[in-house]
Amino acid sequence: MSFHLILFLAFGAVCVGGAVNLLAQRHPINSALSLIAVMGALAGEYLLLGAEFVAAVQVIVYAGAIMVLFVFVIMLLNAGEEEETKGSRVAIVLGVPGILIASVLVAWVVLRRSGTGDVALGALPGYPREIAQLLFHDFLLPFEVTSILILIAIMGAVVLASKPEPPAGKVE
Amino acid sequence: MNPTLNLWVIPILPLAGAAINGFFGRKSSRQAVTAVALVFSGAAFAMALWVAARFSSLSLPYQEFLAHWIRAGSFNADFAFYLDQLSLVMLLVVTGVGFLIHVYSIGYMWEDPGYYRFFTYLNLFMFFMLTLVLAGNYLQLFIGWEGVGLASYLLVGFWFTKDSAASAGKKAFIVNRIGDFGFLIALFLLIKHFGSLDFSRVFGAIAPIRPETAGAGLLTTIGLLLMVGAAGKSAQIPLYVWLPDAMEGPTPVSALIHAATMVTAGVYMVARSHVIFERAPMALTVVAIIGTLTAFFAATIGIAQTDIKKVLAYSTVSQLGYMFMACGVGAFSAGIFHLMTHAFFKGLLFLAAGSVIHAVGGEQDMRKMGGLRTKIPWTFWTMTAATLAISGIPGFAGFFSKDEILWQAYQTNWVYWLVGVVTAFITSFYMFRLWFLTFFGEYRGEAEAKHGDGGRSAHDAHGGHGHGGIHESPRVMVVPLVILAVLSVIGGYVGVPGALGGNDRFDKFLAPVFHGSAPANAQNANLGEKRAPEQATEGSEPKTGDSTELLFTGISVFAALLGFGLAWMFYHKDPELPDRIAVSFSGLYRVLVHKYYVDEFYAALFVKPLIDGSTRILWQGVDRKVIDAAVNDAGDGARHVSDEVRHMQSGNIRSYAGWVAAGAAVVIAFVIWKWVVTL
Amino acid sequence: MVPLSYYLLLSGFLFACGVVGFLIKRNIITIFMSIELMLNGVNLSFVAFAAQWHVLAGHIFVFFVMVVAAAESAVGLAIIIAVYRTRETLNVDQVNLLKL
Repeated sequence: MSFHLILFLAFGAVCVGGAVNLLAQRHPINSALSLIAVMGALAGEYLLLGAEFVAAVQVIVYAGAIMVLFVFVIMLLNAGEEEETKGSRVAIVLGVPGILIASVLVAWVVLRRSGTGDVALGALPGYPREIAQLLFHDFLLPFEVTSILILIAIMGAVVLASKPEPPAGKVE
Repeated sequence: MNPTLNLWVIPILPLAGAAINGFFGRKSSRQAVTAVALVFSGAAFAMALWVAARFSSLSLPYQEFLAHWIRAGSFNADFAFYLDQLSLVMLLVVTGVGFLIHVYSIGYMWEDPGYYRFFTYLNLFMFFMLTLVLAGNYLQLFIGWEGVGLASYLLVGFWFTKDSAASAGKKAFIVNRIGDFGFLIALFLLIKHFGSLDFSRVFGAIAPIRPETAGAGLLTTIGLLLMVGAAGKSAQIPLYVWLPDAMEGPTPVSALIHAATMVTAGVYMVARSHVIFERAPMALTVVAIIGTLTAFFAATIGIAQTDIKKVLAYSTVSQLGYMFMACGVGAFSAGIFHLMTHAFFKGLLFLAAGSVIHAVGGEQDMRKMGGLRTKIPWTFWTMTAATLAISGIPGFAGFFSKDEILWQAYQTNWVYWLVGVVTAFITSFYMFRLWFLTFFGEYRGEAEAKHGDGGRSAHDAHGGHGHGGIHESPRVMVVPLVILAVLSVIGGYVGVPGALGGNDRFDKFLAPVFHGSAPANAQNANLGEKRAPEQATEGSEPKTGDSTELLFTGISVFAALLGFGLAWMFYHKDPELPDRIAVSFSGLYRVLVHKYYVDEFYAALFVKPLIDGSTRILWQGVDRKVIDAAVNDAGDGARHVSDEVRHMQSGNIRSYAGWVAAGAAVVIAFVIWKWVVTL
Repeated sequence: MVPLSYYLLLSGFLFACGVVGFLIKRNIITIFMSIELMLNGVNLSFVAFAAQWHVLAGHIFVFFVMVVAAAESAVGLAIIIAVYRTRETLNVDQVNLLKL
């Protein structure tokens, strides 16, 4: 029972609990908050693997920006509890069991025959310097493209979410 | 050995005429169409005469090869021509009478809007008939055979807008087809057993075979099947029903096709196949019986008909029966002799009837004619010549040919002769009946008064043309009548038998064709006896039968005169008499008028069940329920399937997601399975 | 020393929860959050493998995933707002005009 394992299990429990809670809750704000918990725990997992930069970015961007955006939208739209409407039979009958079975299969494969070994604590230190090296040398093109992508996303979001203009000819 | 005569030109000439008139006739003037038609059929006749002139210098049979046609393994059939005395006779008859009828048709059809079409079909018919007559193998003969059937259909249904004409054309073709079926089976048997359809090869292969005395051997079967074909084409029992209906066609058509040439194709074919028939006595007997029966049967129907053309139609069937009777007793040359004289006088009868009909403005019912002899003298005298010929009055052509047949028939079986004589009496009776009703007595029709009125009782669609009154036909129609009348008188003199002082030239002329291949087996008593003396003494007449022959000739003349006398009494002296007899024998009379109800019988036995079966089984059963249903159900099925599948596009996002997840799960499972298997 | 498979199991579990949430939930925003959960699960998998094979590109990829997720959630939420304005509801079952 190494320390590594204990920490892994602790963070993992938070992840699992948050994910299950996300499904169980009826009000979206509760789901959002449990998702934030999941993300925080995931950042811890990343640290255990030595990915410092990724963990920091996870907290800053994912938990700190994206989830905040989600919470803002929930509050803006005043989303209430979910209503009970007739859903899709197919989704319940086919999709869920399908995914469950698939995940069981994957789990079985991973456990029995994956041929992977153990990971040490902080196995691969992900220092910002090395990451920057990679990012600006080998992955420069994707980097620039994603920056354009973000630009487009900003424009799109602004346009889509803005209030529609009043119909012409209404003035005077 | 033989110089090339280029026989193939003879059929091609009218074909060229048909093509020119067919393609360009519609826009051409009547004169141009006439010129083309006459030039080409006249040229064919001229060339036939030229061939005849050189005939004696040929070694016969003359065969000419034109082109390869079928090469199928060991079976060959080529475009080849064959000329011997028999085909020369047929050739001259077809081209000569055909040309005369072309000339006549100019006058007769002048006002018809389908003028060019008529001559196209007429030339086309000549082409096929000449192909038939000059053919060197059975297959080419069959082409001509079918082709004349086609031409007959086209010409009988010439006024196709008239329902009855169209139906008559159909009936002719279909009934012919039934006969052709038998013919085809015979051809197949010939191919199977003799490997060829070539006349010289087939007849050469058959010659050494002994006559089949026991029942139905191969040759008997072939002979019977050939007779089926001949019965269809030459209107014998039981396939004669199309010929009376074929009178719907224009009268020149009836003259050419249904009197002089096409219907004689069956007789020609049987005569050509005499090698087969001489070795199949049972088939020959069947031929004779059918011929005799038909002759009598048709004659009895003829006495009760009121339409002038129908009388002549049944007369044709009857005379054809005589020809088959002749062939059936082995007297092939007598049959061909009668074929020739019949072409002259029957062709003349039809053309003259056409002239009469033309004169009275389209009326064909003899009860509405009468007293025409002073008004249309040329027609009257020529028709008189023909009537005398057909009745067998001495001195005219029909006398010699019919007598020859009766005499030969007696040699085989006196029953044939007796029926033949009775039929001759009936023939004379109905022909003179026609003669009296049409030309003597008071005029009973309406043409004098209403002659300007276009075609009222248009059997013939040949109504009035605004000249007033009954008038003689134009010269272009009368000249052929006169020529044929002359032939009807002198045409018989080529065949005067020895008993009457002649020297039987016609029979001797055809002798090499028919007598050169008699079977070697002397067991065939009838044929052997008749042939042996003639062969041995090379053309001198049998002395033993001379006085008997004279006696029999006298009997047939008496029968003919009896018929004349009876007709005179019924239709000239006491015109009321026929009606009184019709009333007292009303049952028999009705049967005769309705042609023994044969058409109704066939309709009930064959036509109606066929139509019913076709409607109920094939149309409503198979076509609607199986084929239409299959097609419609295929369409419906596709629609139903797509209806079901359509529900996947529900607009519900979650169901889409569900399908995606399920699909992804399947893919994952598959990949894992593959990976696990290879591990 | 934690076996890699534990990390992978966790990652798979998070992913499965995300899919199930996507299928079950009726609120659009919750569905979006399930998508984020799926992405996070995948991220964990990337980092774990990067650690095992000592390939830093795994981290880079996670970085890019996060960038794209950010852009996507921004636009997506904007769309949700637009949908809410027209349809007055956040229930995904009622956004079904595109049906046959």
